[in-house]
Amino acid sequence: MPDNNFEPTIIGFTCNWCSYRAADLAGTARMKYAPNVRLVRMMCSGRLDPTFVLRALSSGADGIMITGCHPGECHYIEQNYKALRRFLLLRRVLKGMGIEPERVKLVWASAAEGARFASETTAFVEEIRKLGSLNWGKADDGPQTVDHVESSVVNRPSSELEVTA
Amino acid sequence: MTHIKPKFAMYWAASCGGCEIAVLNTHEKILDVDANFDVVFWPVAMDAKYKDVEAMEDCSILLTLFNGGMRNDENEHIAKLLRQKSKILVAFGSCACEGCIPGLANLSPVGEIVHTAFNTITTDNPHEIYPRTTFDVPEGELHIPKLSKILRPLDQVVDVDYYMPGCPPESHQIAAVIDLVIDALHGRVNLPPKGSVIGVGNSTVCDECPRARNIKMIKAFKRIQDIAPVDPTLCILEQGVPCNGPATRSGCNARCPQAGAQCIGCYGPAEGVMDYGARLITAFSSVIDANTSEEIDRILDGIPDPTGQVYRFNLAGSLLKASQTAWKVK
Repeated sequence: MPDNNFEPTIIGFTCNWCSYRAADLAGTARMKYAPNVRLVRMMCSGRLDPTFVLRALSSGADGIMITGCHPGECHYIEQNYKALRRFLLLRRVLKGMGIEPERVKLVWASAAEGARFASETTAFVEEIRKLGSLNWGKADDGPQTVDHVESSVVNRPSSELEVTA
Repeated sequence: MTHIKPKFAMYWAASCGGCEIAVLNTHEKILDVDANFDVVFWPVAMDAKYKDVEAMEDCSILLTLFNGGMRNDENEHIAKLLRQKSKILVAFGSCACEGCIPGLANLSPVGEIVHTAFNTITTDNPHEIYPRTTFDVPEGELHIPKLSKILRPLDQVVDVDYYMPGCPPESHQIAAVIDLVIDALHGRVNLPPKGSVIGVGNSTVCDECPRARNIKMIKAFKRIQDIAPVDPTLCILEQGVPCNGPATRSGCNARCPQAGAQCIGCYGPAEGVMDYGARLITAFSSVIDANTSEEIDRILDGIPDPTGQVYRFNLAGSLLKASQTAWKVK
């Protein structure tokens, strides 16, 4: 059951030229949006090293929002395409780690799209609220060893496990 | 008066034994080890009991090469014991440094691993007999080690002085490290600062690779057996095969690319890389020649197991360490 008091922690990465200005515009226009996102400004979405995302997730973030200029409108010509490629591969890797790919979102927002930035942020926070807390590694606090006999009986065969010739 | 030689130990935890073979592969250098050290504990090579190690004075072993990851409570116990008894503890080989191939088990909950090993099509086990961790016999109670939820590299359990990556470390690198320690023993050189990665280069495998690199842009990822013939002089990544060289530490003289195969990344993260997989995600993304989500996704479909590809040797040592299903075993 989802915890009703759960407030997601979202790390947002914005680019200096479009999406940060969109966030700025949302602020100066006094638009209301969910306060859960902590923004980190970079010069360009192409600066986004996937390490930043993994570091945030492993340090307690529940979701990551990557934002940048619309395709074709990058201040550095085509770096946002690089962000797109990294994002798509990163999501595949995260899926393999059992992390819902929806926890990482990519949003294009131009400097004029304060309203879009605000509504996308609010929508993302609600999505993450539904997914629940990620709580990475907290299970680690318990006992380190397990009774493997018992757990192998509990996890008795899911059909995916069967090796078929 | 007999000269008292410094003491040497080597231990294996969750590993395959390849590191021991690599040490033997140093050929006559092994005689230098014997000439300069008194080998006090090395279960693969000589008979010794844990209680003999327990009886030693703290820090009485000068050099311990520890290979293998922490997969069960016995591994952890010996890691802590050898830490206590050793002056210099070296995480030796990829397993001890970053988990290596056994670390890929961190993608599955431990029950699944045991079930796969004991009761799938490869193991005929009609009565579903599983090993018990304790068993009563007339002579007393028998124990086998309890499995850990996830495999951990050595430094997640004890303090490590030096790291020596590689699966296994190249023999010429092992020989160089043995020489270094012997030189340090005789006061000829100082040991590197604690925490150093030793017996390696400071760059990437690409830096040592003789293959030609142009502007890399590819329309499809392929498995190496699906491209024929492989161009012997052109960058392997540029030919569309995911090669882990761009993120991997140098030190092996780019052995695999020189032999016509892609780098699989056994020397671990290059200098300054915090997360190996993240660096590879960046490297692979940079060669994709497409700008739309659909086209990029189609190209990425050529990497059937992205997580295993980018964390082949490094999963247990990565920022996330293990999959959610493995963490959350109660």
